[in-house]
Formats: sequence, C-alpha cells, structure tokens
Amino acid sequence: MMDVRHIVFQHRRSADQDRASPAHHPVVIVGAGPVGLVAALDLASKGRRSIVLDRKRHLADGSRAICWAKRSLEIMDRLGMGQALVDLGITWKTGKVFFDTRQVYEFDLLPEEGHRRPAFINLQQYYFEHFCIEAARKTGLIDMRWLEEVTGIEQAADGAVLDIATPDGAYRITADWVIAADGARSTLRRQLGLGFEGRVFQDQFLICDIKMPMQRPAERWFWFDPPFNRGQSALLHRQAHDVWRLDFQVGNEADRAEEIKPENAARRVRAMLGEDIQFTFEWISLYRFQSRRLEKFRHGRVIFAGDAAHQMSPFGARGGNSGVQDADNLAWKLDLVLRGLAPERLLDSYERERMQAADENLAITTRSTDFISPKGTISRTFRDSVLALAATEPFARRLVNSGRLSVATCYTGSALNGPDEFAQGECPAVRPGAAALDAWLENRWLLDHLDGGFQAILFSRDGLVPAALRQAEASLAGYDRRAKFAIVSRETACARYGAERDPALYLFRPDQHVAARWRGYVPGSIEAALRRATARI
Amino acid sequence: MHLKREPNVGDFDTLYAAVIEAHSDLSESESAALNARLVLLLANHIGNEAVLREAIQIARQSIEAK
Repeated sequence: MMDVRHIVFQHRRSADQDRASPAHHPVVIVGAGPVGLVAALDLASKGRRSIVLDRKRHLADGSRAICWAKRSLEIMDRLGMGQALVDLGITWKTGKVFFDTRQVYEFDLLPEEGHRRPAFINLQQYYFEHFCIEAARKTGLIDMRWLEEVTGIEQAADGAVLDIATPDGAYRITADWVIAADGARSTLRRQLGLGFEGRVFQDQFLICDIKMPMQRPAERWFWFDPPFNRGQSALLHRQAHDVWRLDFQVGNEADRAEEIKPENAARRVRAMLGEDIQFTFEWISLYRFQSRRLEKFRHGRVIFAGDAAHQMSPFGARGGNSGVQDADNLAWKLDLVLRGLAPERLLDSYERERMQAADENLAITTRSTDFISPKGTISRTFRDSVLALAATEPFARRLVNSGRLSVATCYTGSALNGPDEFAQGECPAVRPGAAALDAWLENRWLLDHLDGGFQAILFSRDGLVPAALRQAEASLAGYDRRAKFAIVSRETACARYGAERDPALYLFRPDQHVAARWRGYVPGSIEAALRRATARI
Repeated sequence: MHLKREPNVGDFDTLYAAVIEAHSDLSESESAALNARLVLLLANHIGNEAVLREAIQIARQSIEAK
C-alpha cells in the first residue's frame, strides 16, 4: 500500500458557498478523525447524508491511536470495513510484562474460540482514517470538506448555524444536528465556552515509532523499571508494515526540545533494542496527558463525541476505541430521531450511556497511570511490592496494571434497558446494556445478523418458535423495516446466551447492545421493550 | 461479614513478636516494603472488600484521632 501520509486533500468549493441564503443539512460532523468518520459511515449505513468538515488537509500526522479493540472491529464489521482493517493490521491478543529483567506476568485477552475478531489489532491511525475515507467516498452520502474550519456557531431550539472559513472564502450553513468530533483541542468546545476540567499528569512519555524488520511475536511487551530506562516504564508494540511503537516514560523534568531530537531518541531506541540495529524514525512525539470530560455531552443541537468530549491516559487503548463506540451509540439514535421514529430525548440516553462509559474509562486509565507512574513514596512501595510478589504469587499478577485494555462498556442502569428475566447473576456477560457476544452459526457470525436495526433473537436448542412470536416479528417490522427476528439454535451461541437448556429471547439494539431478555414470551413484551429502547415511554 | 474486633488469635503475643521479628535488620524503606507485601498478601487472603474497608477505616481513624 502507498504511504497514505503523503495524500494531500484539496479544498473544493461547494455549491453551498454560492448560495444567497445558508444551505441546510440535517447532520454536520466537525472533525474527520476516526470518530467523526465512523459517525458519518454509520449514518450512511442507514441511508443518511452528512457533511464532514475538517481544517486539515492530511490524515493523522502520526500513527497515534494504534490499538483497535475487538468491539471496535465488530462495529467496523457492521459498517463493512472490519476485514480490511484486520487484513492490514497486526492481530494480537497476548502480552508480557517485565519488571527489571524478569517476566512477571503474561496475559491472553481472548482465550476463547468462536469469535470472528481477535482481542486487538494494531493499525496506525492514518490507515484507519484512510480506509474510512475510501469507504465514505463509496457511500456517495458523505460530503468531505477539507480545509474548512468552523469559526462561529449559533444555536436555536431547532438547529444550529455554522460559520465556516475556507481557503476560498467564508460561508454559512444551518444544521439540524452537529456532531463535535473535533478532538482533544475541540474548536466547538471552545466556541461554546464549555469548561473541560480534570486532572493533569506531569509525567512525560516519548513515542518513537520506528521502521525496522524485526522477528518478534506480535505481543504487547511492557517493562517496569527496565535496565534501559531505569526507574521508568517502556512499551514495545508492533504495527503494520514493520513499524514498531516504542513508548518511553521520561519523567516530569525531561526537556522537551532535547528529548525529541532524533539523535537523543535514537540513543533510547538503541539502549532498548541493541546498539547494532538498523532503523528509521516514522514519528517522534513527546506527550503529557490529562484525564477530563465535559460535564454534558449534549449541548442543544451540538453533540460531543470522542476526545472532544473526554480525554484520558493512553494506557489501555481506551481513547480511540471509546470514541468509536461513542459514534456507534449516537448514529442509530440520531437516525431514528431524524426519521421521526423516536423523540429527541432518545439523544439524552447517548449522553447518559457514553458519560457512563467515559467515567468508567477515566477511572480505569487513571488507576493504570497511578500504577505505571506512582505518585509518592508509598504508592511506589506498593507498586514495587506487587511486581515483586507477581514473580511467585498468582494473585499479585492480577494486580499488575500496565493498562487494562479496552472492552465495551455495559450500559447498566440505562433508561433504555428493558426487562431482564434471567436469575440474578445468571449469564451476566449479556445482560441488558451489554454488547452482544459473537458466535459462529451455521453459515455466518451471530454479529452479522445484528446489522444495524433492532433485532429479536430466540436462542433455542430445539429451534421451535412459539406461534405468538410470529406476531412480534410483524410488529418489529411495523416499527422499522430494518427490525428483524431470527432463531439461533447452535450450541456455542446458545451457551453464550444462557440457553443451553431453556430457550432465551433477546432484543438487541441497532448498536448490538442487549436491550432486554426473557425466558418466555408474553405477547406485547418485545413491543414494550422496543418502545423503551427508543425512549417512546 | 464484618471485621472481627474481638480477640481472634489464641497466642497473639507470639504472633506479634513474629511480625516485629520479620522487620529485624531491615532499613526503613525495606520495612515499608515488607509491610506493603504483608498487606497485599493478607488482603487477598481475606478476600472481602467490606471487611478490608472496615479495617482501613479503623486504622485511618486511629491515626487521625491522635
């Protein structure tokens, strides 16, 4: 594949610029990073047009987000792009953790068979964006506007007015809804005057992405206090096309200008991998990070997603992945609201559910950060004690925290969740609010069934369908032509959904999360759960 | 389950001496490391968050009360 980082996008003057009065668009997305692009693609998968504005003319300027979690890949499968990402990416699911020179911990993130997607792939963010942009072009529904920057926004009850600057003059458009996916330094956040408070970490980390052929397993290797970076941590991770991510903790006091000089960075690389290695730099970046989120994700007609809404430490790969899940949560809700099939308050559930996810991710990444760079003597004493005990004590290995890798958030307690007729603690992995679990069926994956509409599935080993359920099938289709009903009787799938013996009926949302589940079927129950899941009660 | 606050060890004097003895010849930082390891080992053994939180609270209060 060509080096996509050299692609230069051109500004094209749109017809909107020549209109006497502002053109109107149902959805305007600000930011053509992974989150904005996935939101646009998800809306397009439902036949909905959008405008995507970005002030840049290039893809991401470095590999940046590289670890794409299983859940993100499943979302990309739903959008028809999962395979392309997996084909180019580096599949991995295992990792090793070292303390000084000893290995103290080894993990396997997906020890179970029968899932289409691996726990993770590593793929540079610019490739992820490139695939999305190619896919966006094919939809014919996404209008990419490069080198366009929002310079002002005004809101009314029923929409927003955006002032846009371009190399070819300024213009104005109106929108029903604006998705702010414009990143950690969000312009829209600033223009709306929104506070973005949180915790600033003083620790500095140096990313050195290097290109070198190296025979090494595709595993995540993490060091605490290694000889080549005494008192600090380090990470080694493989990316596509012989690119390796090296991430060195360099401390609070490190001099930024000195650290990012190639000769100094090269010294660190050689200390880690050997004096005689041959490599070239792909990207050098020194970063600090913050843990913070907006107090609200929805501000009138502007809805924040991804880093614009929440920022967290990178340990655990929860930034990019949670951003993709923001888009996944938002797109179907926005589509239903725009189609008049759900009230506007359905969007409040986006805020509720994704703030819950952000809080979970912030708490988890903050704990990882405190373990990786302990604040204070006693924190370090406990941290080092865990690492020392981990050599011999299994319980301590579980405490080793080099980043808890991203998994989907379960929307526990969401107002969209319907009944859970399972016994307390029974099959909790797929309780209402949880993302669906994959399994192989006769000729396709279970998640392929969940292709963007509401879906009821009866898991039943004997495959018998109560006659009354056929009525539910009709009412599902009556609500939305994409809503469907299916029967699954394969053993593994039934086991994953708690239907080894007794049948179980599930209602899945368009984002593949469980809306409700029942042991038996009572007429009207699916319809009621569907109303609840679309905020119509 | 609650934290046991009544005597729970027959010969606690011996056990107490064993804890002190474990620290002999250790520097202050090594002693702190030993304590941390003991806390982690025992916390895992107890395995009950409510009990541990109670213990943490009582320990903390007894310092703040001084």
